[in-house]
Amino acid sequence: MERPENPTCAELFLTFAKASATGFGGVLPFARRMIVEEKRWLSEEEFADLFAFCQFIPGANVVNLAICIGARYRGPMGAIAGALGMLVPPMLVILLLGAFYVQFGDLPLAKGVMRGLGAAAAGLVVSVALRLGLTFRAKASYLFAALAFGAIALWRIPLITMLAVLAPASIGWQWVVRRK
Amino acid sequence: MNESRITLYLQLIGVFAPLSLLSFGGGQSIIADIHKQSVDVFHWVTQAQFVDLFAISRAAPGPGALFTTLIGWHVGGWMGALVASLSLFVPSSILAYAVARMWNRHGDKPWFSQIQRALIPLACGLILAGAYAVLSSSSGGISIWVIALVAAALFMKFDKINPLPTLFVAGVVQALVRAWL
Repeated sequence: MERPENPTCAELFLTFAKASATGFGGVLPFARRMIVEEKRWLSEEEFADLFAFCQFIPGANVVNLAICIGARYRGPMGAIAGALGMLVPPMLVILLLGAFYVQFGDLPLAKGVMRGLGAAAAGLVVSVALRLGLTFRAKASYLFAALAFGAIALWRIPLITMLAVLAPASIGWQWVVRRK
Repeated sequence: MNESRITLYLQLIGVFAPLSLLSFGGGQSIIADIHKQSVDVFHWVTQAQFVDLFAISRAAPGPGALFTTLIGWHVGGWMGALVASLSLFVPSSILAYAVARMWNRHGDKPWFSQIQRALIPLACGLILAGAYAVLSSSSGGISIWVIALVAAALFMKFDKINPLPTLFVAGVVQALVRAWL
């Protein structure tokens, strides 16, 4: 595929700003279309690879994506331009919605709508977790997932303690199984 | 700037900056911990406000982690929003930048996918714990759990649909249920 010219910082900012501002209900599909189809900065496979990496490291996945792509073309300044594009427009929208909430949030109707919306949004989060569960290849993975859930949701163990114990355990287990 | 404001900003940084570096699998992994810190430990928001701010952040465009911006704004105004957002996004972003340079060289190495595969179950459990924290904080009664289950099943079945219409239908359904029961 024909590669375009390297984008400038302004173009990086504007491209990610457009994806994030229009990305109601999840930025990923909008970002993918922009990066792969419109701008052709990455091929379909490169995008899938890079996104897997961005999910793997800490931080919001789409922000990491903007940082990686920005860094590739324009170094540190490109990374900052990409991250700001991904964050600033939705931040303004969300604060506007927050102001509405303060104004009208106590109305009974608004309360009902918010609760239902929040519940369905929690359902969306559940579906993300279940879809990760579909990729498990071993029974022990379900055990690790259950332990992580129990540690945080039921036993209220601090996140860092949980990760300090379970992450090495899970990595070690992977390593042992693979060596057999 | 008076002392209590500075204390608040330091608390926001103290809570969100470490969580930034622990958010494996994205912002959804740390919802449960954000709940614990902002409701139980620091009382920045009530249970009900937590659920509402979560709902707003999911109805808005952009990364779901912007939830943090709203909590900062709720407790500390514009500066609170700025401090909370920077605390959550700057540490992980610097890490992402540093690791991205490495990834160019190590992306296809087997140890990368090994570690990745080992961390996915933990992210899965954490994300479920986040959903559980939201649902158990909600005061909406049994209909909340039913809506969440139906929504989860729907999003599982149709993974490419835009979730926004479903979210609003769920909001209207809950409002009607509350009006009639």
